[in-house]
Amino acid sequence: MNWSQLFTSTIGKKIVMSVTGLFLITFLVVHVGVNGCIFKDAIDSSDNGDMFNRAAQFMARNVVIRIMEYVLFAGFFIHIIQGLVVEFENRGKRKRGYEVNLGNRGSKWYSRSMGLLGTILLLFLLLHWWHFWIPSRFTHAGIEEPVLLSNGFIGHDMFSLMKATFSEWWIVIVYVLGCISLAWHLMHGFQSAFRTLGLHNKKYLNMVNALGIGFSIIVPLIFALMPLSFKLGWIG
Amino acid sequence: MTPLGGTGGFMEHKNINVKLKVWKQKNSQTAGRFETYEAKNISTEMSFLEMFDVLNEELISDGKEPITFDHDCREGICGTCSMYINGRPHGPWHATTTCQLHMRAFNDGETIVVEPWRANAFPVIKDLMVDRTAFERIIQAGGFISVNTGNAVDANAIPVDKDKADASFAAAACIGCGACVAACKNSSAMLFVSAKVTHLALLPQGEPERRTRALNMVAQMDKEGFGGCTNTGACEAVCPKEISIDNIARLNKEYLAAGLLSEK
Repeated sequence: MNWSQLFTSTIGKKIVMSVTGLFLITFLVVHVGVNGCIFKDAIDSSDNGDMFNRAAQFMARNVVIRIMEYVLFAGFFIHIIQGLVVEFENRGKRKRGYEVNLGNRGSKWYSRSMGLLGTILLLFLLLHWWHFWIPSRFTHAGIEEPVLLSNGFIGHDMFSLMKATFSEWWIVIVYVLGCISLAWHLMHGFQSAFRTLGLHNKKYLNMVNALGIGFSIIVPLIFALMPLSFKLGWIG
Repeated sequence: MTPLGGTGGFMEHKNINVKLKVWKQKNSQTAGRFETYEAKNISTEMSFLEMFDVLNEELISDGKEPITFDHDCREGICGTCSMYINGRPHGPWHATTTCQLHMRAFNDGETIVVEPWRANAFPVIKDLMVDRTAFERIIQAGGFISVNTGNAVDANAIPVDKDKADASFAAAACIGCGACVAACKNSSAMLFVSAKVTHLALLPQGEPERRTRALNMVAQMDKEGFGGCTNTGACEAVCPKEISIDNIARLNKEYLAAGLLSEK
């Protein structure tokens, strides 16, 4: 078996999904950690987003992070394309469906809806990039005025950009819905990724299942609290 | 629904009438359709297949074409019977084959929808009978051990870990009925293949061909047109022999190790 066959078989395609999925999960940990710095403002009102802006500025000037940004985009691209390929290929394996479906009697709805949840997340991702990544990297729209940080560096005022973006209810609602989709996507994807990589020992599977449920709830919840906190005036 | 439920009291015997909406299809080249039948005065102690026998006898005596369906041992061990009953392979009872499903699972006057396994890899031969020879070809690709013939070897000559022997035996319980494929939204045969790979991978006798077995059986599975596994668990939920989905994770491990370590 050559390398190509290893990654193009039905199992191989899932291995690709699994590896990229786990990589994106590690990205979520970094992302929620950096963005979570906004909550310093809720504890210390004099912070005014300084901790978050410093973290964002560190990420912007760190060469490792800059390189990893390309890896991250590659990860997103492969996960999305491969996900769509797997979804459509699998759908084509049954030309005629059943009159009466098995439905929830055999599996959880979210485990059967990974393609749909992933597509919702893709649309959300495009909006998210439009709101934050493109202004921070290219247009600088909404962050024209640089801000002097407490560590002496000058950076973009991403905190104010978040505050301005999340001043509109429809955006807050869309972000919360995006986070809910992420939670359900992770609820299945987290443990499924480990199974696809061959984790079959009950002892570890139980641990991964528990970890997956915790991760799927906590991380999207923290993300969802960000737009809500701005809109409800808890921070900013 | 419990094996004793559906019609009332504990093992209560009575006769019921049911309406059957059954898939009729002349062959794999023609389009099929549902036809409705009345099965009257059916004993709740009959098996589901016996109910079909009674119905078919009536159809034949009326000069009509009987319903074609697969069956063999009628003891729940051969894996031949294959009906998708009311949206579930082998019907409503847990860990039960169609032949072991009894009419007490249904209520008087109930409409029962019966369909064949639906998957591109299992083309309909006629009515409820599908072609499952794809499974045979997957077994031929690697579901065996190669041994020289001669005198029977002493059963205790090769030590086997008890836990592994038990896990191997549990996987070997797979009867290859195809319910996993029928239930899976992707028409994946991974539960079947994983059971066969696990059965042999855990035993010393299966060790020499362990790597090639995983690679060849998965390659044949793909060639037959089955879908990929997305770990939804529908296969495990409907398996009449309660084959665990954990076997699929083991197959993934076997396949990945074989793919990374194979010489060719």
